[in-house]
Amino acid sequence: MTATTTSGRKQPLMYRLPVISHFRKSVGLQRGMLVTGLVLTVAFLLTTALAPLIAPYGFAQLSDASGTFPAQAYPSATHIWGTTVGGYDVFSRVIWGAQTAAVVIVVAVVMSIFLGVALGLLSGYFGGWLDRTLVVIADAIYAFPSLLLAIVMSIVINHGQSSFWGGIIACSISISVVFVPQYFRVIRAETIRLKAEPYVEAAKVVGASSIRIMGRHIFKNATRTLPLIFTLNASEAILTLAGLGFLGFGIEPSSAAEWGFDLNKALADASSGIWWTGVFPGTAIVLTVLGLTLVGESMNDLNDPRLRGRKKAGSKKAPAAGPAPTAGVQGAPEAESSSS
Amino acid sequence: MSINIGSIPDRQASGSGPVLDIENLKVTFATDGGDVFAVKDVSLEVNPGEVVAIVGESGSGKTVTAKTILGLLPETATSQGAVLINGNNVISVSAAKLRQIRGRDVAMVFQEPSTALNPVYTVGWQIAEGIRAHADTGSGKKISARDAKNRAIDALRKVGIPDPETRVNYYPHQFSGGQKQRVVIAAALALNPGLIVADEPTTALDVTVQAEILELLRDLRDKYGTSIVLITHNMGVVADLADRVVVMYQGDVVEEASARVLFAQPKEDYTKKLLAAVPHLGRNSASEGMTERAHQGGKVLVEAKNLTIEYPGRLGSPAFKAVDGVSFTVSEGEVFGLVGESGSGKTTIGRAIAGLNRTTGGSLKVLGYEMLNFKERTFKPLRKEIGFVFQDPAASFNPQLTIGDCVAEPLIIHGNPTPAEARQRVRELLESVQLPASYADRFPHELSGGQRQRASLARALILNPKLLIADEPTSALDVSVQAVVLELFKEIQREFGFAALFISHDLAVVDILSTWVGVLYKGKMVEQGLGNQVMGNPQHSYTKKLIASLPVPDPDEQARRREAFREVLHS
Repeated sequence: MTATTTSGRKQPLMYRLPVISHFRKSVGLQRGMLVTGLVLTVAFLLTTALAPLIAPYGFAQLSDASGTFPAQAYPSATHIWGTTVGGYDVFSRVIWGAQTAAVVIVVAVVMSIFLGVALGLLSGYFGGWLDRTLVVIADAIYAFPSLLLAIVMSIVINHGQSSFWGGIIACSISISVVFVPQYFRVIRAETIRLKAEPYVEAAKVVGASSIRIMGRHIFKNATRTLPLIFTLNASEAILTLAGLGFLGFGIEPSSAAEWGFDLNKALADASSGIWWTGVFPGTAIVLTVLGLTLVGESMNDLNDPRLRGRKKAGSKKAPAAGPAPTAGVQGAPEAESSSS
Repeated sequence: MSINIGSIPDRQASGSGPVLDIENLKVTFATDGGDVFAVKDVSLEVNPGEVVAIVGESGSGKTVTAKTILGLLPETATSQGAVLINGNNVISVSAAKLRQIRGRDVAMVFQEPSTALNPVYTVGWQIAEGIRAHADTGSGKKISARDAKNRAIDALRKVGIPDPETRVNYYPHQFSGGQKQRVVIAAALALNPGLIVADEPTTALDVTVQAEILELLRDLRDKYGTSIVLITHNMGVVADLADRVVVMYQGDVVEEASARVLFAQPKEDYTKKLLAAVPHLGRNSASEGMTERAHQGGKVLVEAKNLTIEYPGRLGSPAFKAVDGVSFTVSEGEVFGLVGESGSGKTTIGRAIAGLNRTTGGSLKVLGYEMLNFKERTFKPLRKEIGFVFQDPAASFNPQLTIGDCVAEPLIIHGNPTPAEARQRVRELLESVQLPASYADRFPHELSGGQRQRASLARALILNPKLLIADEPTSALDVSVQAVVLELFKEIQREFGFAALFISHDLAVVDILSTWVGVLYKGKMVEQGLGNQVMGNPQHSYTKKLIASLPVPDPDEQARRREAFREVLHS
């Protein structure tokens, strides 16, 4: 089975990047899911980057040259998605909200990745009492409802409400407290598995130090699943942020636009027939989370050769005659005789 | 053997054509790298009461062919051609019909008996499962649990499980490896299928157990006229059991002949090469013509005195003694061969010398360092004198690093070479293991198994160690690759002059490399001596049994050996 595949030279870096390599090996429905997710996610990222250009008003703007904004105004030419009870422009707040969400995701996930990965490596490699203590702590954190934990952290750090960066840091820390155990768990499990691999033992036999083994041999091999957890956690981070905002522990409306906060304020409007204040921020949350989840789930399926769909063998249209991918197919050696 | 062959024509006359008829089978797999043609064009027949062996190296398509017979290919595969079992084409029949064929007309024996049995059910239940699944297809009425169990007991008795009435209620873990394989065969036999497909049925078993299973398969054929398709890479097994041999290479049938003719007069070059590569006990011995132990004047590098290594038991159960009072020495420049079956403690000894396992009793001196007081910090300077070659070349390289980085690693840890120096040294080493220097930039998955194992040897030798420990370095390789690697090992040992501890389960392989051989059995060293003496004139009863069990790749000689050693094997 091996002899007919090519011996895959190293592919250009671009094709080995997580999402791109996944896209290249997807087919059919799986590709559809991945593309939908990517479109939604890219739209979200573009909105984030171009928010100052897209949004007609600032997120805390209550008036312009033509006077004060009306409150709870029906969507019109000047305010295409209407205004809220406080007189904010809904469209502008939704656009600026994307920026807040993106910053919180990045800060939260980066903080949890660094801490989680470092602790996971140490705990898995050394084991013993350090491992036991960390696992107990992680388990204890798991046992709390994550939103409750986030609320508690938010109160502890910032007493509830605060400025833009203060609020963002508070939210991010609350979220990372929930996520660190997840990264810790994943990396620890991988480390324990890799510790028994012959190549790690081979390094031990030649006398490599623990730091060298962890850094050079285990770390790189243990981080393959990270892009996947990253995307799934990013969507969870948005939900946690929205949850905090909805419950009133988020960022003040004058410091940043925040979808959860807007939803909270739209609560009273819903019963009086004012739909636009709730529908737009809500849809923004749903689409962003859906996009990230689709990307994450498709990556998960594509990473697993058993779940990954393939073109039917013998079909007329053979896949692009590119070199064999590095993952999935096991070693593709040339015939032994070529060198002996 | 000759008797068996003589009896076949009679059966053929009484039977109605072949049990299995494969015509122009093609199997294609869809993979990420495009379509892979695993089986290109295979045609073969199996007659009633015949044992047909399909041999070939990994990737030859032999297992895929076997799986097609039972319709067990994964979804990614498409097959063309015809596989006729009693007139039914397995490739085109409906799923329901296929289910009827499986078990009743054809059954499978898997490679690894411990994973082929479900650990949460009794073996009786698992055998009865097949019987009850087919109950309503024959007579139209269900079989009671009691009847099914009785038939399971019969099946267990057939395969020689002692006291089947009691043991039918045992769980798989209560059986030994060989007995588990007997149970798997019993399950395959439960419905008296005309054909059994055995995919590497003895590869996961020790050689003494292998001999028993081969005898059982032979008995089945002789007593019940069951045809067997035997998939294997082991030419000794083929010589022992097969009537006819089909040699496969890269998805094609290269040669087909009766076993005797194939071994005596192979026609195709590939077959000749394959047969020449098979290690043959007593030929090409490293200790040929020697009468006393060599290299005794030099320094003693490894000295074990009453060495004991225990693994701690679970709470309440005693510790497990993996190595029990073993004494031996390895001197400078000497190749010491350590032979034993799985669980004999041979790998534990090798790992203890490299400081991967702690010793618990007796004394083990490695380069003068007492391993009983092992501390990583004090042992580290000695590590550059010890090289280690691991069993699985695929797993012993970090997939993220290039071969060059991997080979240079010991150099970087123990010295402080400039990148240019390191590259130069890596190039030299790769050349001495006969790999092109350009391979330094490749990643491990881009090399074949044999190439990887050579790179592994290069890594072990880059610091010019005094001692090399090789733990089953060739057991994961194909036989022709194994021959090349063994030859290389021998050459390099002569050139570098290091002492080596060569660990293997294969007597013939050990004999090719090592002059002094130690035989381990259940943690004890039962015999040690010159290679040619241990192999030619074994003293201990276990060594005798071990040598008797090893099938030689020559049907006539193997038949003689089987007769001659019958008593030893049954002792």
